[in-house]
Amino acid sequence: MISDGGIDDEEKWLAEGIAGLQHNAFYMHRALDSNNLRDALKYSAQMLSELRTSRLSPHKYYELYMRAFDELRKLEMFFKEETKRGCSVIDLYELVQHAGNILPRLYLLCTVGSVYIRSKEAPAKDVLKDLVEMCRGIQHPVRGLFLRSYLSQVSRDKLPDIGSEYEGDADTVIDAVEFVLQNFTEMNKLWVRMQHQGPVREKEKREKERSELRDLVGKNLHVLSQIEGVDLDLYRDTVLPRVLEQIVNCKDEIAQYYLMDCIIQVFPDEYHLQTLETLLGACPQLQPIVDIKTVLSQLMDRLSNYAASSAEVTHCHVFFVFLPPWSMIFQTSPYIFVLQVLPEFLQVEAFAKLSNAIGKVIEAQVDMPAFGSIGLYVSLLTFTLRVHPDRLDYVDQVLGACVKKLSGKAKLEDSKGTKQIVALLSAPLEKYNDIGIALKLSNYPRVMDHLDSATNKVMAVVIIQSIMKNNTRISTADKVEALFELIKGLIKDLDGAPVDELDEEDFKEEQNSVARLIHMLHNDDPEEMLKIICSVRKHILSGGPKRLAFTVPPLIFSALKLVRRLQGQDGDLDGEEMSATPKKIFQLLHQTIEALLSVPAPELALRLYLQCAEAANDCDIEPVAYEFFTQAFILYEEEVADSKAQVTAIHLIIGTLQRMNVFGVENRDTLTHKATGYSAKLLKKPDQCRAVYACSHLFWVDDQDGIKDGERVLLCLKRALRIANAAQQMANVTRGSSGPVTLFVEILNKYLYFFEKGNAQVTTAAIQGLVELITTEMQSDTTTQDPSADAFFSSTLRYIQFQKQKGGAMGEKYEPIKV
Amino acid sequence: MVLVLALGDLHIPHRAADLPPKFKSMLVPGKIQHIICTGNLCIKEVHDYLKSLCPDMHITRGEYDEDARYPETKTLTIGQFKLGLCHGHQVVPWGDLDSLAMLQRQLDVDILVTGHTHQFKAYKHEGGVVINPGSATGAYSSITYDVNPSFVLMDIDALRVVVYVYELIDGEVKVDKIDFKKTSTSSAH
Repeated sequence: MISDGGIDDEEKWLAEGIAGLQHNAFYMHRALDSNNLRDALKYSAQMLSELRTSRLSPHKYYELYMRAFDELRKLEMFFKEETKRGCSVIDLYELVQHAGNILPRLYLLCTVGSVYIRSKEAPAKDVLKDLVEMCRGIQHPVRGLFLRSYLSQVSRDKLPDIGSEYEGDADTVIDAVEFVLQNFTEMNKLWVRMQHQGPVREKEKREKERSELRDLVGKNLHVLSQIEGVDLDLYRDTVLPRVLEQIVNCKDEIAQYYLMDCIIQVFPDEYHLQTLETLLGACPQLQPIVDIKTVLSQLMDRLSNYAASSAEVTHCHVFFVFLPPWSMIFQTSPYIFVLQVLPEFLQVEAFAKLSNAIGKVIEAQVDMPAFGSIGLYVSLLTFTLRVHPDRLDYVDQVLGACVKKLSGKAKLEDSKGTKQIVALLSAPLEKYNDIGIALKLSNYPRVMDHLDSATNKVMAVVIIQSIMKNNTRISTADKVEALFELIKGLIKDLDGAPVDELDEEDFKEEQNSVARLIHMLHNDDPEEMLKIICSVRKHILSGGPKRLAFTVPPLIFSALKLVRRLQGQDGDLDGEEMSATPKKIFQLLHQTIEALLSVPAPELALRLYLQCAEAANDCDIEPVAYEFFTQAFILYEEEVADSKAQVTAIHLIIGTLQRMNVFGVENRDTLTHKATGYSAKLLKKPDQCRAVYACSHLFWVDDQDGIKDGERVLLCLKRALRIANAAQQMANVTRGSSGPVTLFVEILNKYLYFFEKGNAQVTTAAIQGLVELITTEMQSDTTTQDPSADAFFSSTLRYIQFQKQKGGAMGEKYEPIKV
Repeated sequence: MVLVLALGDLHIPHRAADLPPKFKSMLVPGKIQHIICTGNLCIKEVHDYLKSLCPDMHITRGEYDEDARYPETKTLTIGQFKLGLCHGHQVVPWGDLDSLAMLQRQLDVDILVTGHTHQFKAYKHEGGVVINPGSATGAYSSITYDVNPSFVLMDIDALRVVVYVYELIDGEVKVDKIDFKKTSTSSAH
């Protein structure tokens, strides 16, 4: 059982009410069937007496009311027939007033009144006025609201509207409006008064009950919106001011919120547009706790939808333009529509009015939370972007207003507020798909300044993603400056931002997105591009060691691309001062890579130095190339300690050096000598061996003017052989068996390589010797079996065979080698 | 029939922002059985992206890869083919065909896939195939000028492989193909 006796009791009371109602309805039907007017009136009055109860909640009362309503329909039919039978409707109107109690009397009066108006024996306005005045007799809120709701229901199809059969010389739409407005006013008063009834402790329950009844009041506004005769003039001059007056004066927040929303929902958008000033003027007059931001947001959403829907017609219009001119004659209507609607927004200065109203509301409602006011600006911005996409000044103005609101306060901490700011800042990006637009908005970075550092970063990432998604080129140094100002949260540690709480994964992802961004900063003009590079450099160098490893490489490669573009047109144009020269850029590159030493990231720096060296080589600037190599060598000697890293570094050094042709003999000798020296000093013998035979290529460059020093090639190969031997012996000592012969096979292949290239120092005898050495080693019991070395050797022998069989010069060359 | 995607030298984010959108729209999950990548991805995000296309990945280490666990060389067998994979910065002179042929003999593979030069290449050599898929992002290279983004798709069917090369030239994807048939005696493994 439900423990709350109150609910049980209410059920019981409702049941009793329904029983009483049905009982009397039964006798009323009998009387109707027998055309007994007197009994019909008597029993219907008794039936309606059940509605006099004040024990039911609005919800239950409604149930009872609906049953009575159904019965009254039957009674109304009866009255109608009665008048046809000759009974005067005026007499009936008198007769029903004999009912003893006022509530049944008024219900009956409304019912007959409906028949009265229909009979047209009196002007509709007189009957309506009489009824709406008489209903004042009921001042109990719930009973009064339902009674007036009944009046509204039975009269709505009998209003003297334009074009209605009840319109006449004496009856105009003004009377219809007056009637509905009066009923609305009275109902609202009753509704508002509800809250003052009963004990304070039941306030919450009462408010719930009130909100259940709100549609009864709102229905009147709906009726008003349905009246044909309510044109813009009537709405602007009478309906809206009167409704607003009632809303403002009732000083009740539930009513104010609901009814403002009602106005926005039920009346057409073009009316709102034309009466914006009046409608918005009411907003600051509402009670301070009314949720006005939701109301205004609704309004702006509707208006922007309105503008958008007419914009769709614009698309149609564009389509029509492509039709032959004569078809335009038939397509004029949407065209005219377009021409009318959007200028309408401008004409009524919708933006200025909305913006103004928002300002006033925020001023009036001191306690509005930050997310509320920012939410209002989001709505206004959405409106602006949809209605006036061409007015960037408006967009900036909205952001400016938001900055003003936020200024003087600490950074936003609450998540709702920051979410709104992100929405505010994202809206222009989504609309224009072009960061260039945001960069033009002077207030954009100022709004970002009000974000806490975490959200600031989120927003910066959103900006970068937008650039990536739309493949937007940022093409001037000024724009780059503005962009870095926006995303500075990612570029450097902002003052006061907590540094320790960084999630490493997140940090990496952020910095990688900055790295990606750098590739989007581009201009085909070398001078401007150099400015961009300098600007980027300045910013990323402020990022501190932990960011440099991410941001330096993309900058270096961006600059190297510029160098390559300048490479062809190196001839200084007739003494004209050019700042974008390879030399100048190489200086920048040098200083930028140097910054990596603070990270420290020696391996990365070494790679970048080598890239620069090769670029300098291509530009034919020997001293610069040499300097970069020197830097790479210093790093190798002093900073690269890990043996595996050394192996990779040495291959990169040899690989790069092999490609350099800018060096004179002396410089070249110094560098090759160093590289060979490093190779022979690697930790592991096999690594030494491989690096040393790779060095052989430093002395034999297979192009026209390339160095071809067969002797030194052979020296390298012999040195590699010695190391391979030593490796073999070492394996013997430590493991009791020889190491695999792979190294020998590799060296054999190198011999074959130079043999084919025509290095006279590499003889068939030496190759033959090496083949036999490997064969012997492989057959030796002490050698470790290695299938992959066997396969390598087999495929090498197969290759020799293949070359022998080739015939021609190569076949001849290979002829003496026996396998 | 097995589809193998071969690509490398993406150099994201050092030298390029991302893969070309045209490539991204062509590379959809579920179509490719294996990915072989010569290296220089360079970051985890790119690794994860490739993994989303096909979980079976074989990657060797480029000199800019942050993940130190990628091996220097790798071999695998698909259908009747033995494939070898290496970034190529270890093979001096870089991109030199005869030096790569030595690596092919050393790894004892039918198909050798290397990168580093950013120059797309695919040719038959000594009874095998040597492929360089180029740079999937068209990244800057000190070796090759005017790099076009490119990648390779291999359709391996028993003894036959069709190598499709996708190259982005002036915003248009150009496709080339090389047909290679292996005679069962051409390799000794």
